[in-house]
Amino acid sequence: MDEFYQTLYITFKLAFLTTFFLFFIGLPVAYFLAYSRFKLKPVLEAIVSLPLVLPPTVLGFYLLLVFSPDSFLGSFVEKYLGLKLIFSFEGLVVASIIYSLPFMVHPIQSGFSSVPKSIIEAAYTLGKSKLETLFKVILPNIKSSILTGLVLTFAHTIGEFGVVLMIGGSIPGETKVASIAIYEEVESLNYQQAHKYAFVLLLITFFVLLVVYTVNRNFLKADKL
Amino acid sequence: MIEIDIEKKLFSHTGEMNLKIKTSAKKGDFVTVFGESGAGKTTFLRILAGLEKPDEGYIKVDNQVWFDSTAKINLPPQKRKIGFVFQDYALFPNMTVEENILFAMEKKDKKFLENLLELIDLKALKNRKPQTLSGGQKQRVALARAIARKPEILLLDEPLSALDIKTRHILQEEIANIHKQFKLTTFLVSHDYSEIFKLSNKVIYIKNGKILKEGSPEEVFLENRISGKVKFTGEVLSIKKEDIVYVLTVAVGNNIIRVIATEEEIKNIKIGDKLLIAVKAFNPIIFKINS
Repeated sequence: MDEFYQTLYITFKLAFLTTFFLFFIGLPVAYFLAYSRFKLKPVLEAIVSLPLVLPPTVLGFYLLLVFSPDSFLGSFVEKYLGLKLIFSFEGLVVASIIYSLPFMVHPIQSGFSSVPKSIIEAAYTLGKSKLETLFKVILPNIKSSILTGLVLTFAHTIGEFGVVLMIGGSIPGETKVASIAIYEEVESLNYQQAHKYAFVLLLITFFVLLVVYTVNRNFLKADKL
Repeated sequence: MIEIDIEKKLFSHTGEMNLKIKTSAKKGDFVTVFGESGAGKTTFLRILAGLEKPDEGYIKVDNQVWFDSTAKINLPPQKRKIGFVFQDYALFPNMTVEENILFAMEKKDKKFLENLLELIDLKALKNRKPQTLSGGQKQRVALARAIARKPEILLLDEPLSALDIKTRHILQEEIANIHKQFKLTTFLVSHDYSEIFKLSNKVIYIKNGKILKEGSPEEVFLENRISGKVKFTGEVLSIKKEDIVYVLTVAVGNNIIRVIATEEEIKNIKIGDKLLIAVKAFNPIIFKINS
């Protein structure tokens, strides 16, 4: 495969996998943050929000240390799961999941908080368990928040730079993603190739957002009908 | 038979309050919980439903223990055979009228669904989403949904307070109907005297978390029951001097009446005051108004 297409393929594969896994991780985290009265909740909230404010290189640096085969976690994962987390695609996915966590959790959490308490209680008084209430009452009423979480995560993963560079090391065909490719092309004054990457990213991101806003409008309309 | 003896410390905007209620209700009773806002009425209902936990006491329903602080028993709302109608209706926005009711049923019973839709007169609107219904229609759906699970106890938290008078009267009839037809024991939070007299056979009057009075509506609200006097309570809207007397305009329930008062009588009365107007030696003209 041409390196151009290969890089784009890796970029979108990374974004897709990150979004997929993060949905299942973010949903329970958001549920807990929205509904729990646990005393140490602010600590968890702060941890979830860290990637928002931390320079990506700081996060990348710590992940590099933690994932390294010399560390406890790195050696554990390599020994028992057979996964190398540094300079590998798998490592990128794990790092992206951590880096994009708030982008999935925050919209869903605010969606959970916006559901009127009375409709949740109504489901309980009708004999429905917490799980059934979650799937049949809460989630169907926060579709637009879920969609926002999915798209923000996807877009944010496509746009990440610092973390993937630190963890992935820009290996062509393995960990080199479009955002890094643009930087490298510009550095070697290869503007035409940089344009290609940039334009494709711009186009696809715009298109994704357009679809989201159209769908979201229909969700909101459907809720009113 | 429902026996209740509970205690719970509440923290409200007026400060700390101890909700302490000991009462009972027989099967088939229609109990109104009456009192000022902040008296603890809604909390009492939520405690019955299992949505809130009392600090101490017990709740027994037909010898089944729903709550007992000493035995550490607290049945969750799911396990209590109740129907709860919320003040804001709490219909599921993602479901149609029909789906809202079906969701509440343990076994999907299409025939019972048809009955319920007919009972609340919403057959034509069964495929509509709640957002497109009027307040009265929403409240009907909420009622139907609450009884779809065939509860033994129906809990109504000021269900009609947001509706206009006409709709309110129609719904009062429907509530009375449902109460009888399904042989329910009903607890209603209400401020509306006509509603209370029309529907309930028992009133619990709560003030600052304690029961002030308890009994039939007549016992609770009419002090001299066999006096032959006619009494109204109302609020003064205006005071006007006409010749040597004063004319008070008073809002009594949904009516506005004018009464004459002497200078002596109005001395301490100002606009906005609550009045008791009593008429002695009285021979009113009575008309039947329903045809």
